[in-house]
Amino acid sequence: MYIRSTGNISPQKTFGNAAFPAEVVAHEGNRLNCITPDYKELIDPKLIRRMSRVIKMGVASAIACLNDAGVSSPDAIITGTAYGCLEDTGVFLSKMAERGEEMLTPTSFIQSTHNTIAAQVALLIGCHEYNNTFVSGGASFEHALLDARMMLQEGAAKNILVGGVDEITDISHGILSRFGLYKQGPVSNLDLFSSDTKGTIAGEGSAFFLVSNEASGNDLARLDAVTTFYKPKDFAEVESQIEAFLAANGGLSMYDISLVITGDNGDAKNDEVYHYLENSLFNYCNVLRYKHLCGEYPTSSAFALWYAVKLIGQNTDPATAHTSKIKKILIYNHYLNTHHSLMLLSAC
Amino acid sequence: MSATVYIAGVGVIAGIGNNTAECLDALRNSRAGIDKIKYLNTRHKDTFPVAEVKLSNDELAALSGFGPDISRTAMLSLVAAREALADAGISNFASLRSGFISANTVGGMDKTEDFFNLFNADPKAGRLRNVVNHECGKVTELVADELGIKNYISTISTACSSSANAIMYGARLIKNGLLDVVIAGGTDALTLFTLNGFNTLMILDTEYCQPFDANRRGLNLGEGAGYVTLVSERVAASLKKPLYCSLSGYHNSNDAYHQTASSPDGTGSFMAMEGALKMAGLNPADIGYINLHGTGTQNNDNSEGTAIKRLFGPYYPKMSSTKSFTGHTLGASAGIEAVFSALSVQQEFVYPNLRFETQIADQPFKPETAFSSQPGLKHVLSNSFGFGGNCSSLIFSKLEA
Repeated sequence: MYIRSTGNISPQKTFGNAAFPAEVVAHEGNRLNCITPDYKELIDPKLIRRMSRVIKMGVASAIACLNDAGVSSPDAIITGTAYGCLEDTGVFLSKMAERGEEMLTPTSFIQSTHNTIAAQVALLIGCHEYNNTFVSGGASFEHALLDARMMLQEGAAKNILVGGVDEITDISHGILSRFGLYKQGPVSNLDLFSSDTKGTIAGEGSAFFLVSNEASGNDLARLDAVTTFYKPKDFAEVESQIEAFLAANGGLSMYDISLVITGDNGDAKNDEVYHYLENSLFNYCNVLRYKHLCGEYPTSSAFALWYAVKLIGQNTDPATAHTSKIKKILIYNHYLNTHHSLMLLSAC
Repeated sequence: MSATVYIAGVGVIAGIGNNTAECLDALRNSRAGIDKIKYLNTRHKDTFPVAEVKLSNDELAALSGFGPDISRTAMLSLVAAREALADAGISNFASLRSGFISANTVGGMDKTEDFFNLFNADPKAGRLRNVVNHECGKVTELVADELGIKNYISTISTACSSSANAIMYGARLIKNGLLDVVIAGGTDALTLFTLNGFNTLMILDTEYCQPFDANRRGLNLGEGAGYVTLVSERVAASLKKPLYCSLSGYHNSNDAYHQTASSPDGTGSFMAMEGALKMAGLNPADIGYINLHGTGTQNNDNSEGTAIKRLFGPYYPKMSSTKSFTGHTLGASAGIEAVFSALSVQQEFVYPNLRFETQIADQPFKPETAFSSQPGLKHVLSNSFGFGGNCSSLIFSKLEA
């Protein structure tokens, strides 16, 4: 499928006239919050007041993506989000605990449902078409993409809006920190891969894509394939999954791949599989990491896809500064070694 | 690739029974599962009747095999999904490409609530094991691991239409040649979060609900899980036990009217039903029974009724809301009702809409009031509509003898 446009709100300057990747924003501490735009230009201010932060991020990036493609109403809206609307969930839970199930108000409950962003986009643009939300942890965004891919194959849709969205809240950061997910002590995102210690840095973001089964002559990139696999038993299985994925897509091998984008998150144990691959299957390939830019979160692969599209657009490789044209990019990511995913992109 | 997707197994747990046979017995004998709250520890115990699964967490742990730290949502899911898989009698299951597509809206919220009472007062307090499975997706993974399913594990959450979308997605994974067999449906446990949430919307009935009645007052919440085992043509041909039916049509539309309310003319529900009919190649007159979304709220039953009037009038199929038995089980409801619909079309009977008294003035039809045999029943339509305008309809069709 062809990627016609994108909309991305992230901890980098990725929205609108994106300064990224020429300019990379440094964040101190183990929590990377999104750099948010002025929403008034995209959403009716009366509506903005009611929306929580993640709903604003989601709706704005979705609308910007549609605007950029010149599509007023897509044939389907599909989102992936592991956590859904955490802020509203937290507000309702806190009030329930504090007020002992009395004197509660509906707004945060209404907006806590996981499908709120997909629903709000449909409502805003009056789209009555297919609308779905995947909450499959670290595979949420990939399952949304697979749904879109099947719809295009079935001939059920031409233009589909697909997005991956997750937020950090004070509550979620507090709880996930207690699980030992994040690095302790001073840390800069730009030094994420140099410490070899336990933990990563928390991230968040909302990236939307307008995908189509037909080339428009003006597409940013072509997404050839996406797949997920679950709890592989060892590194060798990961390796064979990647080889099988490439072989199934026109008999490709790693020699055909210009660049690999990997999901290293700075946690020594988490990153072992990436190091293993760099010394085996990815040995002769340029490898680029992305989680120092957006942090770790279950739908960060949406940021990775956006990054890959951007690189194909620029057709330069900042990691190696070598100037050969990027033809194909492979993205490999896993979230907490449960869901693993592969995406294959080509330049158009 | 498989042109047709079949239902080879069913599994259900709800307020009216812990398995398919018990639920069917209650449906045949007009025995509702709605009662005073017994297991959920809430201040509203004496205010709102609900349809709880009649097992404590300890009893559910024993039945499911999960430990007591696991969310009730996962326990319910495992009981019903295991039944659906066993019922299909697939002898070479391990050698097939299998998927578990399970919807839910609350995830491990029941355990999160235990955690949150302590955490809210002191951010260092609360047992982490109570929040480790908070995410909706975790509930699905816990159950998939027990079932031994590895190829494709996915969770869908579109409010009250969630498990209809899970069944659609499962069928499409088979049709697109990605999988051979999929256990699809959904689960939701009753939680303080949902009970209090629906209470703030002021749509909970303090009496037993009366779906599609002129004097309806709102909905009763319920809990449970329901799954169907979907198989490809090739797998279907290898099975010894008769299949239930085919999943001949489905459609997902959005009402795009309001975050929680349905449009007065039922735009989304009309499009969902019409789309499912079109896909199945059927006319409205071919549908013998509609398992209504029928929550019992003023808004839903008006909107759904108007859409049915527009699409089916002037000749109406039999219809009823089995939520008058099970309560509204939210993310599980379309899974549970898919099981009831599959049984209905296979065995040619329709269920009553309990406690129906007075027809809605501008709706020229009324729901069934008794369990009845319907020889020649060929196609059953099941509706599921949710917050966010998410509307989905499924059609279950009889197999030629």
